[in-house]
Amino acid sequence: MTDDAKINAPRRISEPPWVRRLLIALALAFITLFLIVPLLSVFTEALRQGFGFYFQTLRDPMTISAIQLTLIAAAISVPLNCLFGVAAAWTIAKFDFPGKNILLTLIDLPFSISPVISGMIYVLIFGAQGWFGPWLIEHNIRIIFAVPGIVLATLFVTFPFVARELIPLMQAQGRTEEEAARVLGASGWQTFWRVTLPNIKWGLLYGVILCNARAMGEFGAVSVVSGHIQGKTNTIPLHVQILYEGNNFTGAFAVASLLTFLALVTLLLKTWVEYKNTALRGTAFTPVPLEKRSI
Amino acid sequence: MAPKKNSVLPGFRLTLGYTLLYLSLIVLIPLAATFVKSSELSWAQFSHTVFSPQALAAYRLSFGASLFAAAVNAVFGFIVAWVLVRYDFFGKRIVDALVDLPFALPTAVAGITLATLYAPNGWIGEWLTPLGIKVSYTRLGIFVALTFIGLPFIVRTVQPVLADLDSEIEEAATSLGANRWQTFWRVIFPMLSPALLTGFALAFARALGEYGSVVFISSNIPMKTQIVPLLIMSELDGFQYARATALAVVMLVISFLLLLAVNLLQWWSNRYNTNNLA
Repeated sequence: MTDDAKINAPRRISEPPWVRRLLIALALAFITLFLIVPLLSVFTEALRQGFGFYFQTLRDPMTISAIQLTLIAAAISVPLNCLFGVAAAWTIAKFDFPGKNILLTLIDLPFSISPVISGMIYVLIFGAQGWFGPWLIEHNIRIIFAVPGIVLATLFVTFPFVARELIPLMQAQGRTEEEAARVLGASGWQTFWRVTLPNIKWGLLYGVILCNARAMGEFGAVSVVSGHIQGKTNTIPLHVQILYEGNNFTGAFAVASLLTFLALVTLLLKTWVEYKNTALRGTAFTPVPLEKRSI
Repeated sequence: MAPKKNSVLPGFRLTLGYTLLYLSLIVLIPLAATFVKSSELSWAQFSHTVFSPQALAAYRLSFGASLFAAAVNAVFGFIVAWVLVRYDFFGKRIVDALVDLPFALPTAVAGITLATLYAPNGWIGEWLTPLGIKVSYTRLGIFVALTFIGLPFIVRTVQPVLADLDSEIEEAATSLGANRWQTFWRVIFPMLSPALLTGFALAFARALGEYGSVVFISSNIPMKTQIVPLLIMSELDGFQYARATALAVVMLVISFLLLLAVNLLQWWSNRYNTNNLA
Protein backbone atom coordinates (compact mmCIF):
# COMPACT_ATOMS: atom_id res chain seq x y z
CA MET A 1 0.00 0.00 0.00
CA THR A 2 1.37 3.43 -0.87
CA ASP A 3 1.43 6.15 1.75
CA ASP A 4 -1.44 7.96 0.02
CA ALA A 5 -3.60 4.90 0.00
CA LYS A 6 -2.86 4.35 3.68
CA ILE A 7 -4.01 7.84 4.58
CA ASN A 8 -7.15 7.69 2.45
CA ALA A 9 -8.14 4.18 3.43
CA PRO A 10 -10.84 4.26 6.11
CA ARG A 11 -9.97 2.60 9.40
CA ARG A 12 -11.33 -0.85 8.71
CA ILE A 13 -11.71 -1.95 12.28
CA SER A 14 -13.83 0.29 14.43
CA GLU A 15 -16.60 0.14 16.95
CA PRO A 16 -20.29 -0.22 15.95
CA PRO A 17 -21.87 3.18 15.15
CA TRP A 18 -24.00 3.22 18.31
CA VAL A 19 -20.90 2.74 20.49
CA ARG A 20 -19.12 5.55 18.65
CA ARG A 21 -22.07 7.89 19.08
CA LEU A 22 -22.44 7.01 22.75
CA LEU A 23 -18.73 7.66 23.48
CA ILE A 24 -18.76 10.96 21.58
CA ALA A 25 -21.90 12.00 23.49
CA LEU A 26 -20.31 11.08 26.84
CA ALA A 27 -17.09 12.96 26.03
CA LEU A 28 -18.97 16.06 24.86
CA ALA A 29 -21.27 15.99 27.91
CA PHE A 30 -18.25 15.84 30.24
CA ILE A 31 -16.43 18.63 28.37
CA THR A 32 -19.57 20.79 28.30
CA LEU A 33 -20.30 20.34 31.99
CA PHE A 34 -16.74 20.87 33.21
CA LEU A 35 -15.26 23.30 30.66
CA ILE A 36 -17.76 25.06 28.42
CA VAL A 37 -20.40 25.93 31.04
CA PRO A 38 -17.82 27.43 33.47
CA LEU A 39 -16.22 29.37 30.61
CA LEU A 40 -19.54 30.89 29.53
CA SER A 41 -20.54 31.67 33.09
CA VAL A 42 -17.38 33.77 33.72
CA PHE A 43 -18.39 36.22 30.99
CA THR A 44 -22.10 36.14 31.86
CA GLU A 45 -21.41 36.90 35.53
CA ALA A 46 -18.90 39.61 34.56
CA LEU A 47 -21.50 41.45 32.48
CA ARG A 48 -24.39 40.96 34.93
CA GLN A 49 -24.48 44.67 35.78
CA GLY A 50 -23.81 45.85 32.23
CA PHE A 51 -20.83 47.09 30.29
CA GLY A 52 -20.71 50.35 32.25
CA PHE A 53 -20.01 48.58 35.53
CA TYR A 54 -17.65 46.15 33.78
CA PHE A 55 -15.38 48.89 32.44
CA GLN A 56 -15.72 50.89 35.64
CA THR A 57 -14.33 47.89 37.57
CA LEU A 58 -11.47 47.45 35.12
CA ARG A 59 -10.61 51.18 35.28
CA ASP A 60 -10.61 51.21 39.08
CA PRO A 61 -7.19 52.30 40.47
CA MET A 62 -7.02 49.11 42.58
CA THR A 63 -7.57 46.95 39.49
CA ILE A 64 -4.97 48.92 37.51
CA SER A 65 -2.41 48.56 40.30
CA ALA A 66 -3.11 44.80 40.44
CA ILE A 67 -2.59 44.55 36.67
CA GLN A 68 0.68 46.47 36.98
CA LEU A 69 2.01 44.20 39.74
CA THR A 70 1.07 41.06 37.77
CA LEU A 71 2.87 42.44 34.71
CA ILE A 72 5.96 43.25 36.83
CA ALA A 73 6.05 39.75 38.37
CA ALA A 74 5.70 38.13 34.93
CA ALA A 75 8.22 40.51 33.31
CA ILE A 76 10.86 39.49 35.88
CA SER A 77 10.15 35.77 36.27
CA VAL A 78 9.60 34.81 32.61
CA PRO A 79 13.00 36.08 31.29
CA LEU A 80 14.89 34.71 34.33
CA ASN A 81 13.34 31.26 34.00
CA CYS A 82 13.88 31.43 30.25
CA LEU A 83 17.60 32.05 30.75
CA PHE A 84 17.72 29.21 33.26
CA GLY A 85 15.83 26.91 30.90
CA VAL A 86 18.27 27.48 28.06
CA ALA A 87 21.32 27.03 30.33
CA ALA A 88 19.94 23.86 31.93
CA ALA A 89 18.90 22.35 28.59
CA TRP A 90 22.31 23.13 27.07
CA THR A 91 24.23 21.52 29.92
CA ILE A 92 21.94 18.46 30.12
CA ALA A 93 21.45 17.82 26.40
CA LYS A 94 24.90 18.62 25.08
CA PHE A 95 27.16 17.04 27.73
CA ASP A 96 27.48 13.77 29.63
CA PHE A 97 27.97 13.92 33.36
CA PRO A 98 26.94 11.83 36.35
CA GLY A 99 23.87 12.72 38.36
CA LYS A 100 21.88 13.95 35.37
CA ASN A 101 18.66 12.22 36.39
CA ILE A 102 18.86 13.68 39.88
CA LEU A 103 19.23 17.12 38.31
CA LEU A 104 16.25 16.45 36.00
CA THR A 105 14.11 15.41 38.96
CA LEU A 106 15.12 18.46 41.00
CA ILE A 107 14.27 20.81 38.12
CA ASP A 108 10.76 19.34 37.95
CA LEU A 109 10.31 19.47 41.73
CA PRO A 110 8.43 22.80 42.01
CA PHE A 111 5.60 21.25 39.96
CA SER A 112 4.86 18.60 42.53
CA ILE A 113 4.81 20.99 45.48
CA SER A 114 1.60 22.55 46.75
CA PRO A 115 1.44 26.29 45.95
CA VAL A 116 0.84 27.03 49.62
CA ILE A 117 4.16 25.38 50.51
CA SER A 118 5.88 27.19 47.62
CA GLY A 119 4.95 30.50 49.22
CA MET A 120 5.60 29.34 52.76
CA ILE A 121 9.26 28.46 52.16
CA TYR A 122 10.06 32.12 51.46
CA VAL A 123 8.23 33.20 54.60
CA LEU A 124 10.48 30.82 56.57
CA ILE A 125 13.57 32.50 55.12
CA PHE A 126 12.62 36.17 54.76
CA GLY A 127 9.63 36.53 57.11
CA ALA A 128 9.83 38.39 60.43
CA GLN A 129 10.51 35.09 62.26
CA GLY A 130 12.59 33.66 59.41
CA TRP A 131 16.34 33.12 58.95
CA PHE A 132 17.07 36.62 57.62
CA GLY A 133 14.02 38.25 59.23
CA PRO A 134 15.80 40.18 62.01
CA TRP A 135 18.57 41.35 59.67
CA LEU A 136 16.06 42.52 57.06
CA ILE A 137 14.01 44.42 59.66
CA GLU A 138 17.18 46.09 60.95
CA HIS A 139 18.05 47.26 57.44
CA ASN A 140 14.45 48.19 56.68
CA ILE A 141 14.17 45.81 53.71
CA ARG A 142 10.79 44.24 53.10
CA ILE A 143 10.54 41.02 51.10
CA ILE A 144 7.56 39.21 52.58
CA PHE A 145 4.26 41.12 52.31
CA ALA A 146 5.98 43.21 49.62
CA VAL A 147 6.73 43.04 45.89
CA PRO A 148 10.04 41.05 46.12
CA GLY A 149 8.23 38.19 47.89
CA ILE A 150 5.61 38.07 45.14
CA VAL A 151 8.34 37.95 42.48
CA LEU A 152 10.18 35.15 44.37
CA ALA A 153 7.03 33.04 44.76
CA THR A 154 6.23 33.53 41.07
CA LEU A 155 9.80 32.55 40.13
CA PHE A 156 9.45 29.34 42.14
CA VAL A 157 6.13 28.15 40.72
CA THR A 158 7.13 28.92 37.12
CA PHE A 159 10.69 27.58 37.54
CA PRO A 160 10.47 24.36 35.44
CA PHE A 161 8.31 25.54 32.51
CA VAL A 162 10.95 26.54 29.96
CA ALA A 163 13.57 23.98 31.05
CA ARG A 164 11.23 20.97 30.83
CA GLU A 165 10.17 21.93 27.27
CA LEU A 166 13.73 22.54 26.04
CA ILE A 167 15.50 19.57 27.65
CA PRO A 168 13.69 16.74 25.77
CA LEU A 169 13.69 18.79 22.57
CA MET A 170 17.46 19.42 22.68
CA GLN A 171 18.14 15.83 23.75
CA ALA A 172 16.23 14.58 20.71
CA GLN A 173 18.14 16.91 18.40
CA GLY A 174 21.50 15.62 19.61
CA ARG A 175 24.83 17.37 19.25
CA THR A 176 25.92 16.70 15.68
CA GLU A 177 24.74 19.99 14.18
CA GLU A 178 26.49 22.06 16.83
CA GLU A 179 29.62 19.93 16.58
CA ALA A 180 29.67 20.41 12.80
CA ALA A 181 29.34 24.18 13.23
CA ARG A 182 32.25 24.21 15.69
CA VAL A 183 34.45 22.07 13.47
CA LEU A 184 33.70 24.42 10.57
CA GLY A 185 35.04 27.29 12.66
CA ALA A 186 32.00 28.90 14.30
CA SER A 187 32.52 30.35 17.76
CA GLY A 188 30.48 29.09 20.70
CA TRP A 189 28.06 32.04 20.56
CA GLN A 190 27.73 31.80 16.78
CA THR A 191 26.89 28.12 17.16
CA PHE A 192 24.24 28.91 19.75
CA TRP A 193 22.60 31.81 17.92
CA ARG A 194 22.76 30.40 14.38
CA VAL A 195 22.36 26.63 14.93
CA THR A 196 20.81 25.85 18.31
CA LEU A 197 18.37 28.74 18.71
CA PRO A 198 16.63 28.29 15.31
CA ASN A 199 16.23 24.60 16.18
CA ILE A 200 14.67 25.20 19.58
CA LYS A 201 12.64 28.36 18.87
CA TRP A 202 9.21 26.65 18.98
CA GLY A 203 10.04 24.81 22.19
CA LEU A 204 11.30 28.04 23.72
CA LEU A 205 8.16 29.93 22.67
CA TYR A 206 5.99 27.09 24.01
CA GLY A 207 7.76 27.20 27.37
CA VAL A 208 7.46 30.99 27.52
CA ILE A 209 3.69 30.86 26.78
CA LEU A 210 3.08 28.30 29.56
CA CYS A 211 5.44 30.07 31.97
CA ASN A 212 3.73 33.42 31.39
CA ALA A 213 0.24 31.96 31.87
CA ARG A 214 1.21 30.51 35.23
CA ALA A 215 3.16 33.62 36.28
CA MET A 216 0.14 35.85 35.67
CA GLY A 217 -2.37 33.41 37.13
CA GLU A 218 -0.61 32.07 40.22
CA PHE A 219 -2.74 32.39 43.31
CA GLY A 220 -1.80 30.12 46.23
CA ALA A 221 1.93 30.83 46.51
CA VAL A 222 1.50 34.56 45.96
CA SER A 223 -1.36 34.62 48.44
CA VAL A 224 0.96 33.40 51.23
CA VAL A 225 3.63 36.07 50.68
CA SER A 226 1.44 38.99 49.61
CA GLY A 227 -0.21 40.25 52.78
CA HIS A 228 -3.10 41.44 50.55
CA ILE A 229 -2.40 45.17 50.76
CA GLN A 230 -4.77 46.72 48.21
CA GLY A 231 -3.01 48.96 45.70
CA LYS A 232 0.40 47.64 46.81
CA THR A 233 0.80 43.87 46.96
CA ASN A 234 -2.26 42.68 45.10
CA THR A 235 -1.90 40.78 41.86
CA ILE A 236 -4.88 40.21 39.53
CA PRO A 237 -5.85 36.82 41.04
CA LEU A 238 -5.57 38.25 44.58
CA HIS A 239 -7.71 41.21 43.55
CA VAL A 240 -10.34 38.75 42.29
CA GLN A 241 -10.35 37.14 45.73
CA ILE A 242 -10.67 40.45 47.57
CA LEU A 243 -13.60 41.57 45.39
CA TYR A 244 -15.28 38.16 45.73
CA GLU A 245 -14.89 38.03 49.49
CA GLY A 246 -16.17 41.62 49.69
CA ASN A 247 -19.37 40.30 48.03
CA ASN A 248 -18.71 42.34 44.88
CA PHE A 249 -19.33 39.23 42.75
CA THR A 250 -19.84 41.03 39.45
CA GLY A 251 -16.63 43.00 40.01
CA ALA A 252 -14.73 39.81 40.87
CA PHE A 253 -15.93 38.16 37.65
CA ALA A 254 -15.15 41.30 35.63
CA VAL A 255 -11.50 41.11 36.77
CA ALA A 256 -11.59 37.29 36.41
CA SER A 257 -12.71 37.73 32.80
CA LEU A 258 -9.34 39.40 32.09
CA LEU A 259 -7.57 36.26 33.32
CA THR A 260 -10.00 34.05 31.39
CA PHE A 261 -9.24 36.03 28.26
CA LEU A 262 -5.53 35.49 28.96
CA ALA A 263 -6.19 31.75 29.35
CA LEU A 264 -7.99 31.62 25.99
CA VAL A 265 -5.14 33.49 24.27
CA THR A 266 -2.72 31.04 25.91
CA LEU A 267 -4.70 28.07 24.56
CA LEU A 268 -4.80 29.60 21.09
CA LEU A 269 -1.03 30.28 21.02
CA LYS A 270 -0.32 26.88 22.55
CA THR A 271 -2.38 25.10 19.87
CA TRP A 272 -0.67 27.15 17.14
CA VAL A 273 2.83 26.26 18.42
CA GLU A 274 1.81 22.58 18.73
CA TYR A 275 0.69 22.74 15.10
CA LYS A 276 4.13 24.13 14.14
CA ASN A 277 5.98 21.52 16.20
CA THR A 278 3.93 18.41 16.92
CA ALA A 279 6.62 16.96 19.22
CA LEU A 280 5.57 19.48 21.88
CA ARG A 281 2.04 18.06 22.25
CA GLY A 282 1.22 16.89 25.75
CA THR A 283 4.65 17.82 27.16
CA ALA A 284 3.13 20.45 29.46
CA PHE A 285 1.75 17.73 31.71
CA THR A 286 4.32 14.98 31.91
CA PRO A 287 7.70 15.26 33.66
CA VAL A 288 10.90 15.26 31.61
CA PRO A 289 11.67 11.59 30.83
CA LEU A 290 14.71 10.35 32.72
CA GLU A 291 17.69 8.94 30.86
CA LYS A 292 18.07 5.19 31.11
CA ARG A 293 21.84 5.06 31.04
CA SER A 294 22.87 7.56 33.68
CA ILE A 295 21.87 7.36 37.33
CA MET B 1 32.75 17.31 37.55
CA ALA B 2 34.06 17.14 33.99
CA PRO B 3 32.29 15.72 30.97
CA LYS B 4 33.24 12.12 30.30
CA LYS B 5 34.00 12.72 26.65
CA ASN B 6 36.01 15.68 25.47
CA SER B 7 33.38 17.78 23.76
CA VAL B 8 34.05 20.38 21.11
CA LEU B 9 31.05 22.27 22.40
CA PRO B 10 31.76 25.12 24.81
CA GLY B 11 29.93 26.31 27.87
CA PHE B 12 29.73 23.20 30.03
CA ARG B 13 31.14 24.80 33.17
CA LEU B 14 29.22 28.04 32.64
CA THR B 15 25.82 26.46 32.01
CA LEU B 16 26.13 23.72 34.63
CA GLY B 17 27.38 26.24 37.18
CA TYR B 18 24.56 28.64 36.45
CA THR B 19 21.98 25.84 36.49
CA LEU B 20 23.14 24.60 39.90
CA LEU B 21 23.42 28.11 41.36
CA TYR B 22 19.95 29.19 40.20
CA LEU B 23 18.40 25.86 41.22
CA SER B 24 19.95 26.16 44.69
CA LEU B 25 18.91 29.77 45.23
CA ILE B 26 15.31 29.48 44.05
CA VAL B 27 14.42 25.87 44.92
CA LEU B 28 16.86 23.88 47.04
CA ILE B 29 17.85 26.32 49.80
CA PRO B 30 14.27 27.50 50.43
CA LEU B 31 13.08 23.88 50.50
CA ALA B 32 15.90 22.93 52.87
CA ALA B 33 14.74 25.75 55.13
CA THR B 34 11.45 23.89 55.61
CA PHE B 35 13.22 20.79 56.87
CA VAL B 36 15.57 22.80 59.10
CA LYS B 37 12.66 24.75 60.54
CA SER B 38 10.72 21.57 61.26
CA SER B 39 13.76 20.11 63.09
CA GLU B 40 13.35 22.90 65.66
CA LEU B 41 10.33 20.96 66.87
CA SER B 42 10.82 18.05 69.20
CA TRP B 43 9.47 14.70 68.03
CA ALA B 44 6.59 15.01 70.49
CA GLN B 45 5.65 18.44 69.17
CA PHE B 46 6.04 17.28 65.58
CA SER B 47 3.86 14.21 66.00
CA HIS B 48 1.35 16.20 68.04
CA THR B 49 0.93 18.51 65.04
CA VAL B 50 0.97 16.01 62.18
CA PHE B 51 -1.20 13.44 63.96
CA SER B 52 -3.69 15.86 65.51
CA PRO B 53 -7.36 14.97 64.87
CA GLN B 54 -7.67 18.06 62.66
CA ALA B 55 -4.65 17.02 60.56
CA LEU B 56 -5.82 13.41 60.27
CA ALA B 57 -9.25 14.58 59.09
CA ALA B 58 -7.55 16.86 56.56
CA TYR B 59 -5.35 14.03 55.19
CA ARG B 60 -8.40 11.77 54.88
CA LEU B 61 -10.36 14.43 53.01
CA SER B 62 -7.42 15.42 50.77
CA PHE B 63 -6.59 11.84 49.86
CA GLY B 64 -10.21 10.75 49.47
CA ALA B 65 -11.33 13.70 47.33
CA SER B 66 -8.13 13.59 45.22
CA LEU B 67 -8.41 9.84 44.61
CA PHE B 68 -12.08 10.09 43.75
CA ALA B 69 -11.50 13.06 41.39
CA ALA B 70 -8.55 11.31 39.69
CA ALA B 71 -10.65 8.13 39.28
CA VAL B 72 -13.55 10.01 37.65
CA ASN B 73 -11.04 11.78 35.40
CA ALA B 74 -9.46 8.44 34.52
CA VAL B 75 -12.79 7.18 33.17
CA PHE B 76 -13.96 10.32 31.37
CA GLY B 77 -10.45 11.47 30.39
CA PHE B 78 -9.90 8.09 28.76
CA ILE B 79 -13.17 8.43 26.82
CA VAL B 80 -12.25 11.99 25.74
CA ALA B 81 -8.78 10.88 24.60
CA TRP B 82 -10.27 7.89 22.73
CA VAL B 83 -12.88 10.01 20.97
CA LEU B 84 -10.31 12.70 20.04
CA VAL B 85 -7.87 10.18 18.55
CA ARG B 86 -10.22 7.71 16.89
CA TYR B 87 -13.42 9.46 15.79
CA ASP B 88 -14.36 12.51 13.77
CA PHE B 89 -17.07 14.83 14.97
CA PHE B 90 -18.11 18.46 14.71
CA GLY B 91 -16.02 20.78 16.87
CA LYS B 92 -13.29 18.21 17.54
CA ARG B 93 -10.43 20.70 17.20
CA ILE B 94 -12.07 23.15 19.61
CA VAL B 95 -12.65 20.38 22.16
CA ASP B 96 -9.02 19.28 21.76
CA ALA B 97 -7.74 22.79 22.47
CA LEU B 98 -10.24 23.35 25.33
CA VAL B 99 -9.05 20.25 27.24
CA ASP B 100 -6.09 22.33 28.49
CA LEU B 101 -8.34 25.07 29.88
CA PRO B 102 -7.96 23.96 33.54
CA PHE B 103 -4.21 24.26 33.08
CA ALA B 104 -4.34 27.73 31.51
CA LEU B 105 -7.13 29.17 33.66
CA PRO B 106 -5.87 30.67 36.94
CA THR B 107 -7.11 28.59 39.87
CA ALA B 108 -8.77 31.56 41.58
CA VAL B 109 -10.97 32.06 38.50
CA ALA B 110 -11.83 28.36 38.44
CA GLY B 111 -12.65 28.57 42.16
CA ILE B 112 -15.08 31.50 42.04
CA THR B 113 -16.68 30.19 38.82
CA LEU B 114 -17.34 26.69 40.16
CA ALA B 115 -18.51 28.04 43.53
CA THR B 116 -21.01 30.32 41.74
CA LEU B 117 -22.19 27.65 39.27
CA TYR B 118 -22.84 25.08 41.99
CA ALA B 119 -24.26 27.49 44.59
CA PRO B 120 -27.99 26.87 45.34
CA ASN B 121 -28.96 29.73 42.95
CA GLY B 122 -26.27 28.98 40.34
CA TRP B 123 -26.78 27.59 36.81
CA ILE B 124 -26.04 24.02 37.90
CA GLY B 125 -26.86 24.32 41.60
CA GLU B 126 -30.49 25.34 40.97
CA TRP B 127 -31.06 21.96 39.25
CA LEU B 128 -29.37 20.00 42.03
CA THR B 129 -30.92 21.78 45.04
CA PRO B 130 -34.46 20.38 44.47
CA LEU B 131 -32.88 16.91 44.40
CA GLY B 132 -31.36 17.58 47.79
CA ILE B 133 -27.79 17.70 46.47
CA LYS B 134 -25.60 20.44 47.88
CA VAL B 135 -22.27 21.00 46.12
CA SER B 136 -20.82 24.40 46.95
CA TYR B 137 -19.40 24.63 50.50
CA THR B 138 -19.51 20.83 50.93
CA ARG B 139 -17.06 17.96 50.32
CA LEU B 140 -18.78 17.35 46.99
CA GLY B 141 -17.68 20.85 45.96
CA ILE B 142 -14.05 20.01 46.75
CA PHE B 143 -14.39 16.93 44.54
CA VAL B 144 -15.84 19.03 41.69
CA ALA B 145 -12.94 21.54 41.89
CA LEU B 146 -10.32 18.76 41.98
CA THR B 147 -11.96 17.01 39.02
CA PHE B 148 -11.83 20.26 37.05
CA ILE B 149 -8.12 20.87 37.63
CA GLY B 150 -7.12 17.22 37.01
CA LEU B 151 -9.00 16.86 33.71
CA PRO B 152 -6.15 17.56 31.24
CA PHE B 153 -3.65 15.15 32.83
CA ILE B 154 -5.34 11.88 31.83
CA VAL B 155 -6.32 13.09 28.35
CA ARG B 156 -2.83 14.38 27.58
CA THR B 157 -0.98 11.30 28.81
CA VAL B 158 -3.26 8.76 27.07
CA GLN B 159 -3.78 10.71 23.81
CA PRO B 160 -0.22 10.49 22.36
CA VAL B 161 0.18 6.79 23.24
CA LEU B 162 -3.19 5.96 21.71
CA ALA B 163 -2.34 7.92 18.56
CA ASP B 164 0.96 6.04 18.20
CA LEU B 165 -0.57 2.56 18.61
CA ASP B 166 0.16 0.38 15.64
CA SER B 167 -3.13 -0.56 13.90
CA GLU B 168 -1.53 -3.83 12.76
CA ILE B 169 -1.73 -5.18 16.32
CA GLU B 170 -5.51 -4.65 16.36
CA GLU B 171 -5.83 -6.10 12.88
CA ALA B 172 -3.93 -9.17 14.00
CA ALA B 173 -6.21 -9.62 17.01
CA THR B 174 -9.31 -9.25 14.83
CA SER B 175 -8.08 -11.63 12.15
CA LEU B 176 -7.32 -14.16 14.86
CA GLY B 177 -10.99 -14.08 15.78
CA ALA B 178 -11.21 -11.60 18.66
CA ASN B 179 -14.33 -9.46 18.74
CA ARG B 180 -14.08 -5.69 19.17
CA TRP B 181 -14.51 -5.77 22.96
CA GLN B 182 -11.92 -8.54 23.36
CA THR B 183 -9.50 -6.61 21.17
CA PHE B 184 -9.99 -3.52 23.28
CA TRP B 185 -9.89 -5.18 26.67
CA ARG B 186 -7.10 -7.72 26.01
CA VAL B 187 -4.92 -5.88 23.47
CA ILE B 188 -5.45 -2.11 23.41
CA PHE B 189 -6.21 -1.39 27.06
CA PRO B 190 -3.13 -3.18 28.48
CA MET B 191 -0.93 -1.12 26.17
CA LEU B 192 -2.58 2.10 27.34
CA SER B 193 -2.70 1.29 31.03
CA PRO B 194 0.81 2.58 31.92
CA ALA B 195 -0.07 5.96 30.35
CA LEU B 196 -3.44 5.93 32.09
CA LEU B 197 -1.76 5.22 35.44
CA THR B 198 0.80 7.99 34.82
CA GLY B 199 -2.03 10.43 34.13
CA PHE B 200 -3.89 9.20 37.20
CA ALA B 201 -0.82 9.74 39.40
CA LEU B 202 -0.22 13.21 37.94
CA ALA B 203 -3.85 14.24 38.43
CA PHE B 204 -3.81 12.84 41.97
CA ALA B 205 -0.57 14.67 42.83
CA ARG B 206 -1.90 17.92 41.43
CA ALA B 207 -5.17 17.53 43.37
CA LEU B 208 -3.36 16.84 46.66
CA GLY B 209 -1.59 20.19 46.56
CA GLU B 210 -4.41 22.25 45.06
CA TYR B 211 -5.41 25.39 46.91
CA GLY B 212 -6.82 28.15 44.71
CA SER B 213 -9.87 26.48 43.25
CA VAL B 214 -10.83 24.71 46.48
CA VAL B 215 -10.62 27.70 48.82
CA PHE B 216 -13.69 29.30 47.20
CA ILE B 217 -15.94 26.26 46.80
CA SER B 218 -15.18 24.76 50.22
CA SER B 219 -16.48 26.20 53.46
CA ASN B 220 -13.11 25.33 55.08
CA ILE B 221 -14.59 24.05 58.32
CA PRO B 222 -11.93 22.15 60.33
CA MET B 223 -12.60 18.38 60.55
CA LYS B 224 -15.27 18.67 57.83
CA THR B 225 -14.30 20.53 54.66
CA GLN B 226 -10.66 21.49 55.27
CA ILE B 227 -8.07 19.94 52.95
CA VAL B 228 -4.37 19.87 53.94
CA PRO B 229 -3.23 22.97 51.95
CA LEU B 230 -6.06 24.95 53.59
CA LEU B 231 -5.02 23.69 57.02
CA ILE B 232 -1.43 24.81 56.35
CA MET B 233 -2.77 28.18 55.20
CA SER B 234 -4.83 28.61 58.36
CA GLU B 235 -1.76 27.80 60.51
CA LEU B 236 0.23 30.40 58.54
CA ASP B 237 -2.53 32.98 58.99
CA GLY B 238 -2.32 32.34 62.73
CA PHE B 239 1.51 32.76 62.59
CA GLN B 240 1.89 29.12 63.72
CA TYR B 241 4.93 28.66 61.47
CA ALA B 242 6.34 25.59 63.21
CA ARG B 243 3.02 23.75 62.93
CA ALA B 244 2.59 24.80 59.30
CA THR B 245 6.14 23.59 58.56
CA ALA B 246 5.53 20.20 60.18
CA LEU B 247 2.45 19.67 58.00
CA ALA B 248 4.38 20.90 54.95
CA VAL B 249 7.12 18.32 55.59
CA VAL B 250 4.51 15.54 55.51
CA MET B 251 3.11 16.88 52.23
CA LEU B 252 6.61 17.32 50.73
CA VAL B 253 7.54 13.70 51.49
CA ILE B 254 4.31 12.53 49.86
CA SER B 255 5.00 14.74 46.83
CA PHE B 256 8.53 13.32 46.45
CA LEU B 257 7.16 9.76 46.58
CA LEU B 258 4.52 10.57 43.98
CA LEU B 259 7.14 12.17 41.71
CA LEU B 260 9.20 8.99 42.02
CA ALA B 261 6.14 6.88 41.19
CA VAL B 262 5.37 9.03 38.14
CA ASN B 263 8.95 8.68 36.86
CA LEU B 264 8.81 4.90 37.25
CA LEU B 265 5.42 4.77 35.53
CA GLN B 266 6.68 6.91 32.68
CA TRP B 267 9.67 4.65 32.21
CA TRP B 268 7.29 1.68 32.12
CA SER B 269 4.95 3.54 29.77
CA ASN B 270 7.77 4.27 27.31
CA ARG B 271 8.21 0.54 26.75
CA TYR B 272 5.17 0.67 24.51
CA ASN B 273 6.41 3.62 22.53
CA THR B 274 6.34 2.80 18.82
CA ASN B 275 9.95 3.97 18.55
CA ASN B 276 10.91 1.06 20.76
CA LEU B 277 8.70 -1.43 18.95
CA ALA B 278 10.05 -0.65 15.51
